[in-house]
Amino acid sequence: MLSAIWETEGLQTVGIVVLVFASIKLLHILGLISFSEDSVEDELELSAVRHRPEGLEQLEAQTRFSRKELQILYRGFKNECPSGVVNEDTFKDIYAQFFPQGDASTYAHFLFNAFDTDHNGSLSFEDFVMGLSILLRGTVQEKLIWAFNLYDINKDGYITKEEMLDIMKAIYDMMGKCTYPVLKEETPRQHVEVFFQKMDKNKDGVVTIDEFIDCCQNDENIMRSMHLFENVL
Amino acid sequence: MATGVAAWLPFARAAAIGWMPVATCPMPVAPRDNSKKQDELIILNVSGRRFQTWRTTLDRYPDTLLGSSEKDFFYNEDTKEYFFDRDPDAFRSILNFYRTGKLHYPRHECISAYDEELTFFGIIPEIIGDCCYEEYKDRKRENLERLQDDQEENKDLKLPNLNFRETMWRAFENPHTSTLALVFYYVTGFFIAISVITNVVETVPCSSTTNQKDMPCGERYTVAFFCIDTACVMIFTVEYLLRLFAAPSRYRFMRSVMSIIDVVAILPYYIGLVMTDNEDVSGAFVTLRVFRVFRIFKFSRHSQGLRILGYTLKSCASELGFLLFSLTMAIIIFATVMFYAEKGSSSTKFTSIPASFWYTIVTMTTLGYGDMVPKTIAGKIFGSICSLSGVLVIALPVPVIVSNFSRIYHQNQRADKRRAQKKTRLARIKIAKSGSSNAFLQSKHNGLLNELLELTGSEEDEQKLIKSTSLLESQHHHLLHCLEKTTVRTPLCFALNSQNSSAHEFVDEQVYEQNCLKTALQTYPSHSPSIASHDSPAVSCCCTSGKKNTPLPNASLSPANPVPSHRGPPQELSALHIQASDPMSQISSRSNLNLRTNESNRVNCKSGRITTAIISLPTPPALTPDADGLHGPPQRRPPPPLGPSIQTTTSSAGTNIVKVSAL
Repeated sequence: MLSAIWETEGLQTVGIVVLVFASIKLLHILGLISFSEDSVEDELELSAVRHRPEGLEQLEAQTRFSRKELQILYRGFKNECPSGVVNEDTFKDIYAQFFPQGDASTYAHFLFNAFDTDHNGSLSFEDFVMGLSILLRGTVQEKLIWAFNLYDINKDGYITKEEMLDIMKAIYDMMGKCTYPVLKEETPRQHVEVFFQKMDKNKDGVVTIDEFIDCCQNDENIMRSMHLFENVL
Repeated sequence: MATGVAAWLPFARAAAIGWMPVATCPMPVAPRDNSKKQDELIILNVSGRRFQTWRTTLDRYPDTLLGSSEKDFFYNEDTKEYFFDRDPDAFRSILNFYRTGKLHYPRHECISAYDEELTFFGIIPEIIGDCCYEEYKDRKRENLERLQDDQEENKDLKLPNLNFRETMWRAFENPHTSTLALVFYYVTGFFIAISVITNVVETVPCSSTTNQKDMPCGERYTVAFFCIDTACVMIFTVEYLLRLFAAPSRYRFMRSVMSIIDVVAILPYYIGLVMTDNEDVSGAFVTLRVFRVFRIFKFSRHSQGLRILGYTLKSCASELGFLLFSLTMAIIIFATVMFYAEKGSSSTKFTSIPASFWYTIVTMTTLGYGDMVPKTIAGKIFGSICSLSGVLVIALPVPVIVSNFSRIYHQNQRADKRRAQKKTRLARIKIAKSGSSNAFLQSKHNGLLNELLELTGSEEDEQKLIKSTSLLESQHHHLLHCLEKTTVRTPLCFALNSQNSSAHEFVDEQVYEQNCLKTALQTYPSHSPSIASHDSPAVSCCCTSGKKNTPLPNASLSPANPVPSHRGPPQELSALHIQASDPMSQISSRSNLNLRTNESNRVNCKSGRITTAIISLPTPPALTPDADGLHGPPQRRPPPPLGPSIQTTTSSAGTNIVKVSAL
């Protein structure tokens, strides 16, 4: 009699234990539980990306910088990014440090895309220096083309109002909240309207590159502003 | 200021072209960079190690020394470099700050040395990078605590101008300050022990001869126990009232833990007095007696270790709380499981979940009384899991508490050790310092000696006696001399110096004290030169056998010189009194040749012996003082080495008495 009770109870116990362990194993297989800490580290695989730029002579030939200027530029570049490439987050960080009172990340994103001509997601020294060469040593035409490239977010050759609005919002974001007079919601929109009034000659709702260049070359203010940045380096 | 990324500023400015076409108004004029020089290498010579960097690297942080024009002060025209006479190892991290924008704190560097370097180079330590900031802050905090400990020690030595109340409070807090305080300390300790033992013994059954049944001793010898209890409570009450009176802030004192313990310890007695044999409340009265056991906590004033334990528990409150919480969780879980596992079995003790709590607690703490045991197999399995997990849960927070206790305990040990070492250190430093002040007095006599020798015309002696003092020393001595000449004499202490100029002079501490004592002890007729020991029980230098009071041949000089261990008014209590001697003194002084009889006495005194003394007054090592220093030709030699006389040797003839107090 007693042994029968023990038998049933023993079987029950064994059954319970087996069930518990099986469920734990199932959860482990499903990846919901992990028993060791190593799995966390596996996710953080650091991809050691290194990039070495082309030789000094080649860069000298391709850009309009002198040797010394290239040296200075590279030293600054490599100091901030020892691995030789800038990814977008680092780029945003660096650019944000110049505009502490506002949010420069959106504009930095557009800038990054403008500099990253081969669209591989990272900015190498060549990209950097090419862009700078155009901006600082290029002709007015080249600068304007570069600016158009910046505004044309999807690089389809047309600046639409939406693209312009994005750019405008990004620029106004950099100003931050504490401005005088206080920034209102519709200020960027109004600014875009003004811009399109000026630029869009045939009123088709988009600005092509020729319209853009023509308009800017005829605008005295813009021309004068372009020359301001000549002796940056 | 985006100083770290200054190199990218040209890029940011170039990118601003993107705003041009959008702008509605013209841009402002760009600043002209007139001082456009090529980037050049700067050489920084730090104690011989040359560091080189670009000028623009240093210009990144213009509010530091290296980034501003302040470094021009260090420019060396001949070598065309900037020379800094600082530690080159520490300079490495400073220069790296300019290069990388992050300041690191090297672990092997001393915190105060590093701080000094940072201050010198104008860098605020708050910009230390996150990787090293915690370490820096920890070390800084430790250092600060150490300094605060030292300052608290110094505060103890501030003796004068304490009124009665403050003296009493000080006596209560530091028992080793005076005899009375020590006595009080031990008496209270004794009575606490008596009280606790009484409480314990009260409950022991004493066999009485008349009755057969045993009754506790408390009921048998009621009167005796009552008397002892009364006495203890009286002492405690008096002590409490005295402390309350002496406390600088009575409100704060009343809120402190120790005073609450005191009150709780003595209240039951008074409440018992008030409520006499009332049957209803006698039960409550018995409960109140339990609080008498809190008297044992009064021992924490007497024991450092107990205080540390209490402090540790307080500081580990969070760990203890976590322990408690996790235990509670585990208890509830396992009690529930056990209850349901044992529900089926008949005549089980696990009648409810709260009833299972007891089993769970006993099992988890591995006590295992055995009054409740599971009978079903499931119950046994879960019971074993329960005991295993109990071990784990309890074992986890305990090391944290242990390490906390260890850290605090060692800190305390270190503080005590530092206190003990400080006395020796200070004594040694004092020797060095008085050496320098005596050097001045020495050179003064050399100066006089030179004059005298010029009068007598002896050339070689003059050569011998002109010690090679450096230019710095001689200028320093000249300065002190000028100061002497500036001050006007007051006729207080230097009654003998009637022939002197009217200026104050620097004299040795010992002579100063002698002279002051002289004026204070004018009325003591027994203050006459004798070799017999002073009878004052307060002084217990080793020279009880042969107290040095050498007679002076020249009566015009000041009378007996007390032996170095001064009979000053009892100042400080110390438990140990180490007398160390400087064996050089006898040999090198010329004057000692005449005093052989005294030598032996002095030698006895001068062996380093440790005696327990009650008084000690630190006396400085004495070069022979020059109270009246300026008169007398050098041949007036015979006075004892400690007498006021002129000596040309520079031995320090004195005993250094060092106090070490340990409690």
